[in-house]
Order: sequence, then structure tokens, then C-alpha cells
Amino acid sequence: MHRLVPTPPEAQLAPLLNAYAGAIAAKRRQMVMGGAVLLMAVWIAAIGAEVDPVTWWNKLGNFFSYFDRLLTLDTGARVWTDPLEWFWGLKRWLRLLVETILIAYVGTLTGALIAFAACFAASRNLMPNGFWRGVVKRGLEFCRTVPEIVFALIFVASFGLGAFAGVLAVVIHTAGSLGKLFSEVVENIDMRPVEGAASTGGSWFAQVRFGALPQVLSNFASYGLLRFEINVRSAAVLGFVGAGGIGEDLITAIRKFYYADVSAMLLLVVLTVMTIDTLSTRLRHRLLAMENRT
Amino acid sequence: MNTMHALHEDLRGSGMALRMHYPALINPGWARRWPGFVVLAGLLGIYAIGLVVLEISPARIVNGLWRLADIVGMMLPPDPQTWSRFVIYLNALGQTLAIAFLGTLVAAILALPIGFLAARNVVASRILRLLTRRSLDTLRSVDTLIWALIWINVVGLGPFAGALAIMSSDFGAFGKLMSEAIEAADNKPVEGVLSVGGGKFDGVWFAILPQVLPVFASQILYYFESNTRSATIIGIVGAGGIGLQLSEQIRILEWQQVSFLILMVLVTVAVIDQVSARLRSAIIGRRR
Repeated sequence: MHRLVPTPPEAQLAPLLNAYAGAIAAKRRQMVMGGAVLLMAVWIAAIGAEVDPVTWWNKLGNFFSYFDRLLTLDTGARVWTDPLEWFWGLKRWLRLLVETILIAYVGTLTGALIAFAACFAASRNLMPNGFWRGVVKRGLEFCRTVPEIVFALIFVASFGLGAFAGVLAVVIHTAGSLGKLFSEVVENIDMRPVEGAASTGGSWFAQVRFGALPQVLSNFASYGLLRFEINVRSAAVLGFVGAGGIGEDLITAIRKFYYADVSAMLLLVVLTVMTIDTLSTRLRHRLLAMENRT
Repeated sequence: MNTMHALHEDLRGSGMALRMHYPALINPGWARRWPGFVVLAGLLGIYAIGLVVLEISPARIVNGLWRLADIVGMMLPPDPQTWSRFVIYLNALGQTLAIAFLGTLVAAILALPIGFLAARNVVASRILRLLTRRSLDTLRSVDTLIWALIWINVVGLGPFAGALAIMSSDFGAFGKLMSEAIEAADNKPVEGVLSVGGGKFDGVWFAILPQVLPVFASQILYYFESNTRSATIIGIVGAGGIGLQLSEQIRILEWQQVSFLILMVLVTVAVIDQVSARLRSAIIGRRR
């Protein structure tokens, strides 16, 4: 047979083929080792988490019948046959939903303001003093690593039951996570405008105000909106520990097996979260487009 | 000296000239500014309404802050008091990690095929795609804590319910991420496979999967990090892990224990972050 591509002679080819086989074998060994380690980890984790496939399988019927019960009214009819009965508490739930959204809103805005104040001091290019930058950074890290609901528990103990504790928890967590994102945005700015402001004798505040701020504002707004979406979700469950919003009624309904109420409230929460997600995604795309134009 | 003065005058003159040349840039009139002001007023208006509705007043803030300072004072120093408690806490922490690990892994494995189902370049059927997407969105918008409550009703109190809860909410997130990664994949390898006579499945297996797996792996690690955080709290509703201890200790006002538990969580999260950041950069590095 005539070959288009000339093959090197056997003596020259053999070591190359051997090397190839060796490389493949090594890679395969690595894969097997990795797989074994992963399986071991799964095994240990399964014991730790008290995983019991048998119970799970036996009770899986429970899972589906739970949803079945969720969609059944006390009268035994399906929920959608009698929307008025299903959403009997709509007025109260809507009020609680509004409260939830307001907790997220007030928390996000306040937290964003704190993050805004902190981010310039936490970014390498605008805060050359390593000590203070470190202090601000560690503080932000603490705020975002402790889970929101733990803050909520502590604030409920000190500020009493109610929405205020929830707002504070959202504020702290938002300040921590937005502070980090904001400072990353600031670290990526074009430094020439800042240098320009510095070269004409501008103070630190003038440099930040006229050099850095115009570059970052639309990004900040976009991140703030994203955080608002996340906060609406978490504000919905802050009520589980007594920190206001619809979570309080939801956990009561779940604990007391008011099935139809649970499904009605879950539906409201899911719809609200989805609507806010869609709206804010649109707004964010617009903001980003605005930035690209300038 | 004279030249300095002249230069100064010159600068000022050029400043004036600039002002006259670009009045719209230096002093944009009311017409360009009012939308900004309206947005700002709206934001502040809702904020004020929020403060009123949520009954936030300076008096409450000040009173609460005193109590908070008291509590923080009682928290110091963090101290588990006895060794046996420390061992219990360590156990709970291990349970938390196990919950996060299992939940993330199972969700990822289940989401892989679903991600293909929701990707535009793989599944042509618009209805099927939209249906998958909507269901994934619904799964995602139910919080992990709510999932935990539902699973507790099914498999009983304990960490197993927690792992299932993490799996359920992550399944939605992974499915979405996966489908986005698949849609962003380069189509040329697929064309290559098809051009040498490969079928549709070959196209996915040999051309798309190798492209998306590294992206997916790094996303899994990222989610494992964030799930460690969520797994620390699902115990609050009774789904196992360190959250159970935490809420218990807060309830009986043992503040030194509380601060010790928080410290344990912080250290664990920091360690996991470090490890997974290393692994992620290794994975992404291998792709290049």
C-alpha cells in the first residue's frame, strides 16, 4: 500500500510508541487512583452523614405523597379546584412577603453603603497602607463567612424577635460579600484617571471621587442588584429563627402540617423570587450595556 | 517666577476655554441630570417606607446595641469548657463536611445529563428545553432550609435529610450552570466529529464533554465551598451537623460555647477555601 505520510523506520518508531504507551498507562493509573480516593471519601462521608439507602428507598414514597398532600385541601379536593380556599390567607401572606422584600431591600442598600465605604480602603491600588487594608479585609471576611442565619439568631437574642434582627443580619452579610466584590472591581480599574487627579494635586478623596468612582459605579449597581436577588431568597427563610418575614408563617405551617398553606406560601415565594430575578437580570444587562457604551 | 505665573495664567485660561468648549460635559444641565435624581429619590423613598414598616427606630438600635455588646462580652473568650464537648463539636463538624460533600457530589452527577437536556446546541426541542429550565429554576428558588424541612418529613431528623436538601437545591443550580457551559462550548470539535462520520452521541461524548468537564469540575469545587457554609446552618432546623449544636447553645444562652462553635466554622471554611482554590487553579491550569 502506498502511504501518503512516510512512517519512520521500526527502530526509530519503537521508543516513541513505548513512550506513548507509558504516558497513557501513567494517566490511567492516575485516574484509577483518583477514583479510588474519591470512592473512599464518599464512603467515609456516607457513614458520617448517616446515609441509609434502604430507609431512603422505603420512604421515597413519603416524598411523593408529601407533595401529593401539599396539593390537597383539608376537604380532600385538589388545591387548584378552589383557589379561594387555597389562598385563604393571601392578605396576610402578601403583607409578610412585602415585609420580606423590604428586609432584603433595606438590608441590601445599607450593606451596600457600608461595602462602598469600605471597598476603597480594601483595594490594593487605592490603599497602599498594608496594615489598614488588612484590617478592613479581615473584617469583611468575617462578615461574610459567618452565615446570615447565625447572625440572625444572635440578633434575635439581642434586639428581640422581629424584622429588625433580620435586616441587621442581611446588612452584615451583604457588607461582607459586596465589600469583597466591590474592592475587586476597584482593583481592576484603569489607574490613569486616578493618577491624573493626583497629579493636579487632588486629595485622596478627590482621586477616588473623580478618578475611580466613575469607572466602577455601574458595576457596583449590577453587583448590588445581584445581591438583592440573593437576599430576597435568604430573607424568606430568616423567619425560621424569628427574624421576620414570611419564614415565620412558613415554618409554622410546615411544622404543624398545614399542607395546603405550605404549598400556597411556597408558590408565592417561588413566584416572587423568580419575578425579582427576571427584573433584576434585565436591569443588570442594561447597566452593563451602559458601561460598554461609555 | 514670571514664567510660573504665566503658566498658571495659561492653565486657568485653558480651563476657561475648556469650560466654554464643553459646557455639556462640565456642567450637564438639568435635562441630563433629572433621571438620576428621580431614581435616587425612588430608592430613598422605598428605603424610608421600609424603615417605617419594619419598625426600625434609633431608640431600638441603641438599646439593642447595648445588649449586643453585653452578649459579645459574654462570648469572650471562646471556650468549649470540657473535652467531651469539644469532641462532640468535632464530630458535628465532620458531619457537616460529609453533608456538604455528598450533597454536592450527588447533585453534580445527577445534573450532568439534565444539563445537556437544557442546552440549546444539544437538544433541538424547544418545549423540552423550556420545561427542563423552568423546573430547574423552581428547584433553585426553594431555599436549602426549606428543602431540609421537606426531607425531614420524609427520612426523619438527622444529617441524611441535610445531604438530600443540599442535593435538591444544588441540582437546580448545577443543571443551569452545566447547560450554560455546554452552550458556551466551541462547536468546531463537534463538526469535526460529525464530519468523520460520528453520530450525535459521539459529538457530545468526544467533542462537548471534554470541553465542559474542567469548567464543571471547578464549579463543583466552588459549590462545595459554599455548601460547607450552608451545611453549617441546616442543623438549625434539625438536619444534622454543627448547626444543631449552634442553635442549641444560642437557645440556652451559653455564649462562650457559641463563639467557640463560630470559630470552628470560620477555621473550617477558611481551610476548605484554601484547598479548593488550589485544586481549582490546578484544574483550570491543566485545561490550558
